[in-house]
Amino acid sequence: MKSIFKAAALGVAALGLTIGAASAQGVLQKVKERGQLICGTGLGIAGFGMPDEKGVWKGLDIDYCRAIAAAILNDPMKVKTVSLTAKDRFTALQSGEIDVLVRTTTWTMSRDTSLGLNFAGINYYDGQGFMVRKSMNIKSALELNGASVCTQQGTTTELNLADYFRANKMKYEVVAFVTNDETIKAYESGRCDVFTTDSSGLFAERLKFSKPGDHMILPEIISKEPLAASVRHGDDQWFDVVKWVHYAMLNAEELGVSQSNVDQMLKSDNPEVKRLLGTEGKFGEMIGLPNDWVVRIVKNVGNYGEVFERNVGSGSLLKIERGKNNLWTKGGLQYAPPIR
Amino acid sequence: MTTEAADKGAPRVSPLYDPKVRGIAYQVVLALIILFVVYEATTNAIENLRAAKIASGFGFWSVEAGFDINQKLIPFSSTGGSTYGDAFLVGLLNTLLVAFIGIILATILGFVIGIARLSNNWIIAKLSMVYVEVIRNTPLLLQLLFWYNAVLKPLPDPRNSLSLFGAIFLNNRGVVMPSPVPGPNFDWTWIASLVAIAIWIGLSYFARKQQAATGKRFPANLIGFGLFIILPLIAYWAAGSPLSFEYPKQSRFNLTGGMQIYPEFVALLVGLTIYTAGFIAENVRAGILAVSKGQSEAAHALGLSNGQTLRLIVVPQAMRVIIPPLTSQYLNLTKNSSLAVAIGYPDLVQVFTGTVLNQTGQAVEVIAITMLVYLTISLTTSFFMNIYNSRMALVER
Repeated sequence: MKSIFKAAALGVAALGLTIGAASAQGVLQKVKERGQLICGTGLGIAGFGMPDEKGVWKGLDIDYCRAIAAAILNDPMKVKTVSLTAKDRFTALQSGEIDVLVRTTTWTMSRDTSLGLNFAGINYYDGQGFMVRKSMNIKSALELNGASVCTQQGTTTELNLADYFRANKMKYEVVAFVTNDETIKAYESGRCDVFTTDSSGLFAERLKFSKPGDHMILPEIISKEPLAASVRHGDDQWFDVVKWVHYAMLNAEELGVSQSNVDQMLKSDNPEVKRLLGTEGKFGEMIGLPNDWVVRIVKNVGNYGEVFERNVGSGSLLKIERGKNNLWTKGGLQYAPPIR
Repeated sequence: MTTEAADKGAPRVSPLYDPKVRGIAYQVVLALIILFVVYEATTNAIENLRAAKIASGFGFWSVEAGFDINQKLIPFSSTGGSTYGDAFLVGLLNTLLVAFIGIILATILGFVIGIARLSNNWIIAKLSMVYVEVIRNTPLLLQLLFWYNAVLKPLPDPRNSLSLFGAIFLNNRGVVMPSPVPGPNFDWTWIASLVAIAIWIGLSYFARKQQAATGKRFPANLIGFGLFIILPLIAYWAAGSPLSFEYPKQSRFNLTGGMQIYPEFVALLVGLTIYTAGFIAENVRAGILAVSKGQSEAAHALGLSNGQTLRLIVVPQAMRVIIPPLTSQYLNLTKNSSLAVAIGYPDLVQVFTGTVLNQTGQAVEVIAITMLVYLTISLTTSFFMNIYNSRMALVER
């Protein structure tokens, strides 16, 4: 009898301890020990994160996960993706189910503060747009008074939509669904006149339609949607790693270091390139990584420009222009602090 | 104490081996373990939330929501400064609406199917059997998706609505009907209805008394129902027909004006009703079969017709068997209404644990409130059904 009590008491104590110790260790250390990065992604948005015909996840967001894994573990495939709906993504990150969330997620003040997240580098400057049927003969979003609008719930999209119609004194009916697929299906079946999401998403989703030519994207961009990777509050080392992986990819593009020439670049005399690739200084060690961390990223995944073109730009079906996502030196907004 | 026990002749045992003491000790230990686990879980959650700097508490309740919901029973809009608390109410009312109507319809349909399954008519009995077997043995979620995607979505778009008398329109955005606009003297019609109901109640009281005293039956329900129809009509006509209708008009995108019933609501209501009716039908059948055959034979021998036998002899006795499982079906229907998320009906789960949770990020609070609400709804339903059950139960003298 006594032994049962003892066992029960021990069990309870152990339970209490494990819960208590859950957040003591840093994420970087955990990823190294686990040998795998757990990355929160979407359910499938072309160009940003979607499995290809062989079931391998591809996309701009996925390449960010791969870049982080490459920097830490020197293997871009050591990534476990967890598909999340817009509604579940923050809870998954807050609860520690995933290490990093790279899921076309807009950086907003409330998310940055009260949700307990830190946003690490904007990997895509987006804005919300509207898609309608060409047969409706609509030229501008200002003609949408009285329309039914399909959107995904729990997104900034849902809020911007309300703001836009309110600001322009128009009426609308909102139909909100949990997943993107349900939203699209409802729009395509005619439940709504309008489908709204980030404009990159509009381009991506239109490709999936049976007749993409029947649908058009209205010229208005109604919001700022800086899409960024995010991590939990309270682990600054991990925040630095994720942030600097992004900046490293931008700096690599700016300095002309690409997947194909990275080995030659290792012999470069340019001090900036030397610091970037770790042949000079100990910048990798500052964030708990080996000094050749950028070499690993660029060799395995590529610089920002390469990743962009491959997934959403000219090398993809989406054919999105660099636009705001070009480097600051080329008229865009992508700007990385220097490595020095 | 032990000496006292020994004096009374009880065997002298160490408290360690006293079953009573042991029993209490086990209970105390168990209670302590549960308390400890609950305490640990709560303090841990609070501690971790604080460590991660995630907002906690219920301050979000009065924060402006900033999004819109299509189906709402109370005013709610991003323009009007509605709060997350209002969004909660909108979701709760939508849940209650679909659960309430669903329970009524499922009960009616379930009784009809259950009785039909025992019918002497072979086709009716077999059809009911097929209904019950098909409906009970396929997942509810699948049925909801079927109603929403396969039945309601293929309807024509709003520009080509199917119309009934040019007033009621059916399209893939739901049903649009003229909405009644009561005029100044319309209140008289309400008053007349209330008067009719009062007379009806009085009549049935009188009829019961008369039947108990003299054995004569008085058609109280027939007369009461007649009055309920006729009196308001007279009042309506006397007040000068003070009711007009607002008809839906075709606008660029949708039909505007009138009352709109959304397809998400229809799909959820139809799905829940048909699914739960399958289970209720089986409860009803079981209840009726539990009434011994001698009862209906005796009723027939007394000269009661088939209908009278069913209504006056079989069903009242069957109700005693039917009510407890019926209660659990009502609870199931209410809880199943949370599958609304799958088809975009803005119920409590969809609005509150969906949009509100996501916009505020306060998962612990939102989920706790939602669970508490379902618990309250379920316990309230059980409470009233238990009262009804004790009234229907066999009174033993």
